[in-house]
Amino acid sequence: MTSVVPELLIEEQRPPAAVHPARRRRLTFARVCLHVVLATTALVWLLPLLWAVYTSLRPYAETARKGYVSWPDGLTLQNYSDAFTQGELPRFFFNTLIIVVPALLVTLLLSSMAAFVLSRFAFRFNLLILLILTAGNLLPPQVIITPLFQIFRLVALPTFMNSDGTLLNSYWGVFIVHVAFQVGFCTFVLSNYMKMIPHELTDAALVDGASVWRQYFSIILPLCRPPLAALATLQFTWMYNDFFWALVLMVSGEKRPITSALDNLRGTFFTDNNLIAAASVLIALPTIAVYVFLQKHFVRGLTVGATKG
Amino acid sequence: MLGIPAALSILLVWVPAFMSAALSLTTWNGVGGFSAAEPVGAENYRQIATNYPPFWPALQHNLIWLGSFLFIATPIGLLLAVLLDKEIRGTRIYQTAIFLPVVLSLALIGFIWQLLYSPEQGLINNLFNADVDWIGDSSINLWSAMVAASWRHVGYVMVIYLAGIKAVDPALREAAAMDGANELQVFRQVVFPSLRTTNVVVLVITIIESLRAFDLVYVLNHGRNGLELLSVLITENIIGEATRIGFGSAIAVILLMVSLGVIIPYLAQALRKDPTS
Repeated sequence: MTSVVPELLIEEQRPPAAVHPARRRRLTFARVCLHVVLATTALVWLLPLLWAVYTSLRPYAETARKGYVSWPDGLTLQNYSDAFTQGELPRFFFNTLIIVVPALLVTLLLSSMAAFVLSRFAFRFNLLILLILTAGNLLPPQVIITPLFQIFRLVALPTFMNSDGTLLNSYWGVFIVHVAFQVGFCTFVLSNYMKMIPHELTDAALVDGASVWRQYFSIILPLCRPPLAALATLQFTWMYNDFFWALVLMVSGEKRPITSALDNLRGTFFTDNNLIAAASVLIALPTIAVYVFLQKHFVRGLTVGATKG
Repeated sequence: MLGIPAALSILLVWVPAFMSAALSLTTWNGVGGFSAAEPVGAENYRQIATNYPPFWPALQHNLIWLGSFLFIATPIGLLLAVLLDKEIRGTRIYQTAIFLPVVLSLALIGFIWQLLYSPEQGLINNLFNADVDWIGDSSINLWSAMVAASWRHVGYVMVIYLAGIKAVDPALREAAAMDGANELQVFRQVVFPSLRTTNVVVLVITIIESLRAFDLVYVLNHGRNGLELLSVLITENIIGEATRIGFGSAIAVILLMVSLGVIIPYLAQALRKDPTS
């Protein structure tokens, strides 16, 4: 566990091993085998996605006539626009947006405050609180869904927040459950990072009369940019990918975010594999884009988090 | 500053967890307030064990899920990590390709794999001229789901092991190689023993993921006909045809106990080892 933060920083620092030219040549055959094995694996791994892209680009009439495993006569983007309109994808993407963005920001804000307190001040119950927060994040969501559903059904919201008047079936409900569930993980990662920041920094500020808020906001938080970036990319992906919470807590289908909407879309597209493929590609794009552009942060967040689970 | 996050976690995670336990001793059809729940003692648990056909298959499916993750997907991930750790050209590309499914949700993975599994239009049957109902046939569909789930799990395990292996002191390995150990020996005697923490992490992730499994089977066929899992049975009792709150809670408590049996010892050990706290 002590290795958590150092691992944040390793990031390919291993010095390149001195390679003897002779040794390198002798290994050539083994290296070729290695490349063949890895390239084959990588191709097999990409196959389902490539297949989805290929299927999505073919006109339905042509695949109906020639079968799916066939050379294309022509490729088209028609399936994409059909998936967009028939599946009402913009609506679902919008639902995701208004749940995930606030949930992400609030989670990071709350967890960085909690981590600040836990790492800077020694209370008797620090460890217990950390345990409660972290263990909560590891529970399967299904364990708590039954009472949560009933609580949400009974909690009244003013109608300007949700026209149904309850926390159930509202954006607020899914938002709050994301925050409550993810705050533990982020607190854990951030508090480990903050423990590595020398106490002298905040002590000096304290002597200069800086309040606790100021220490948090102007000293600690700016230093935590790397773990915050890692957590932001990771949490975006996790919240975007949530299927279960919104499936149960959003009773009406049209208010579901995109991933949970897959359950309705399955019925909408039914047997049209070309549309299923086009929708899959569209829904995969945001997380793939985040991963490709922020790969470093993403893997960092995952492996740091993994040191915990 | 600490109060709000702690309160949120307690109110929305731990209070419901305890309520699950309380509700599991009652019978309630979910109409009205919590006071409508009537105590029935351990009746729900007795029913589950003796008079609820999907329970034992679901438990068995969860165990098969765990077993295949543990004994098939995880070793493949470890093997790939070891291979990718060698200094070869293009390792970044290979890593990206194998890791890509990890950023996709299991629900979307279920959606994508339909394109391969569907009986008439699917890639697999057309490619091999087969006539297998990969999802509809209850004797094989669990394995079809496992392949799709492993597609993601292998990449996940790989990236964690890769980080673990990179953290092993290279001097140790060089010393072993100097002493004439071959690659397999270096791995077995030097690298693997120093991966202890990583192994525990991978084990915990694998168990948790197997207990949580839900999205994939729900998208494939709503978790029926051979794809029953404990998580599905719980959900069926809230949003399914019959709302049996007490009954669903009892299954949830069983899942909770198994989960805490893994989580608490792990965290207790992990947090205690941390000297700075």
